[in-house]
Amino acid sequence: MGIPYSYSLRNLWTRRLTTVLTASGMGLVVFVFAATLMLAEGLQQTLVQTGSADNVVIIRKASNSEVQSGVERDQAALIESQPEVAIGADGNELLAKELVVLINLKKRGTDKPANVVIRGIAAASLALRPAVHLKVGRLPRPGSAEVIAGESIARRFKGCGLGETLRFGMRDWRVVGIFDAGSTGFSSEIWGDCDQMMQAFRRQVYSSVLFRMKDPGRFDPFKARIESDPRLTVEAKRETRYYLDQSEAMANFLRILGMVLTVVFSIGAVIGATITMYAAVANRVGEIGTLRALGFQRASILGAFLIEALLLGLCGGVLGVVAASFLQLITISTMNWASFSELAFSFTLTFGIFWKSLAFSLVMGFIGGMLPAVRAARLSIVTALRES
Amino acid sequence: MSERPDAIVSIRNLSKSYRRGNQVLPVLTGISFDIARGEFVALMGPSGSGKSTLLNLIAGIDSADSGSIKVAGVEITGLSENELARWRAHSVGFIFQFYNLIPVLTAFENVELPLLLTSLSRRERREHVEAVLSVVGLADRMDHYPSQLSGGQQQRVAIARAVVTDPEILVADEPTGDLDRASAEEILRLMDRLVHELGKTIIMVTHDPRAAEKAHLIRHLEKGELSES
Repeated sequence: MGIPYSYSLRNLWTRRLTTVLTASGMGLVVFVFAATLMLAEGLQQTLVQTGSADNVVIIRKASNSEVQSGVERDQAALIESQPEVAIGADGNELLAKELVVLINLKKRGTDKPANVVIRGIAAASLALRPAVHLKVGRLPRPGSAEVIAGESIARRFKGCGLGETLRFGMRDWRVVGIFDAGSTGFSSEIWGDCDQMMQAFRRQVYSSVLFRMKDPGRFDPFKARIESDPRLTVEAKRETRYYLDQSEAMANFLRILGMVLTVVFSIGAVIGATITMYAAVANRVGEIGTLRALGFQRASILGAFLIEALLLGLCGGVLGVVAASFLQLITISTMNWASFSELAFSFTLTFGIFWKSLAFSLVMGFIGGMLPAVRAARLSIVTALRES
Repeated sequence: MSERPDAIVSIRNLSKSYRRGNQVLPVLTGISFDIARGEFVALMGPSGSGKSTLLNLIAGIDSADSGSIKVAGVEITGLSENELARWRAHSVGFIFQFYNLIPVLTAFENVELPLLLTSLSRRERREHVEAVLSVVGLADRMDHYPSQLSGGQQQRVAIARAVVTDPEILVADEPTGDLDRASAEEILRLMDRLVHELGKTIIMVTHDPRAAEKAHLIRHLEKGELSES
């Protein structure tokens, strides 16, 4: 049996002020660490919520997003005839062949142009996206130059308000409705009749085909069959997976940025912990000599000081995670780099992030405590007793 | 010199020197003597005479240059550091000038510390600690921290810690050096009781002639050499 844990714990308590200050330094780093992970997680969860697990997105092989994709009309027709496509209440397939085009619109107030996604929709498009609701006005009539705009687009861009007129694709389009898509990416889009859009933009091909599966469990065999069909040059993804892939680059960027930042910051925190622990060793040289004289081995001394440093790190970790958990109350809005439209999301704390943050704080404590603990363990008994 | 049959400590040709820069300072030069079981020995001598060094060597916290030290039949000069630590845990009790109690542990926990190195159960440890704390008259102060005790009380806790493992020898370095007259008397009476009632062997380094009076035997160290008085 070694030196009791209460020895390490009570020593931290005895010098509370130093402990709190050092732990706060570490806590700050853990806060940044947890915050960036929470940001990446929040971004990803929001984008994944944009999709529905029952839906399948068909895009051209090797295209990452709808913007780059093209699905030929005959291929789209072939997909439409697949037995996996669910039938809606009206007897039609729950399938939408859609067009996605990026255009430039001027913002209200500043006149600055920004990218906006125009989506050519089919009859089933709304039914396939339960998050999207028409808020005011009505749906565009098929075959007419009418559009509906997402709420945040209507608010922020010129000519996108209800009853206003937009000009793109060498035609004027009247906004007949405003839709609300919650926190999903769709609230930053303008929707109109797909065939009209294809004519206006001189497009021969659809961008994507979206449909609901009759039996979502049969996705894997469907995907395998579709992707090996020589007549088709497409890729099938669950809609959730499609948006997850889209968010991957941004989320990874955030994670890597977070890691680099926290590793740099953590050097400072680790040095702080090292200084604190060196001071603790210097103040307790006599105690160390006494414990060694009583028969405790060098390893026990090393262990006691390492545990003290780990506990110090853990205090910092708890402080940091608790502080970071308050970030969940904040909502952030930023550019969605995959579709270049705006996206609103919030920090999300998961158990994974919680444990990672605590582990990170323990690692900082361990590294910070290592050198002082080794010094404590290496003291000669006679020297240590004489210095007390 | 032949070993006394009742010797618990037996030292032969013990030498120790310290190095300061390029200089070698001899502290002990070929000392030989025995201490009998149940004896109370005082080591006296001027500062720098090597009495503390001798005590540290007997207690196994310092290493000799040459010679042999046998304690209760165990030759300790040949032990490795970890073996020495294990040996100290059950064979040596330490009493220091400044008590050297761990400030963050209660009197009970301080006394319990050496028992953590034994295989005793928690209940057995409690019994042992309570027994020795009542021997030193501090059973009612078990839950006090060292800072809540007087110097004399702290030294009594330290003595309880020294005897709780029932070691072969007790080593005391200036045990009364930091105490007022009355407390010093109390501590010396307690040490005397340990020898007479419990049959302990005590080796004590001291400057205090009144402390030395309590000892059966006083040995003087001067310039690394030993004389009896």
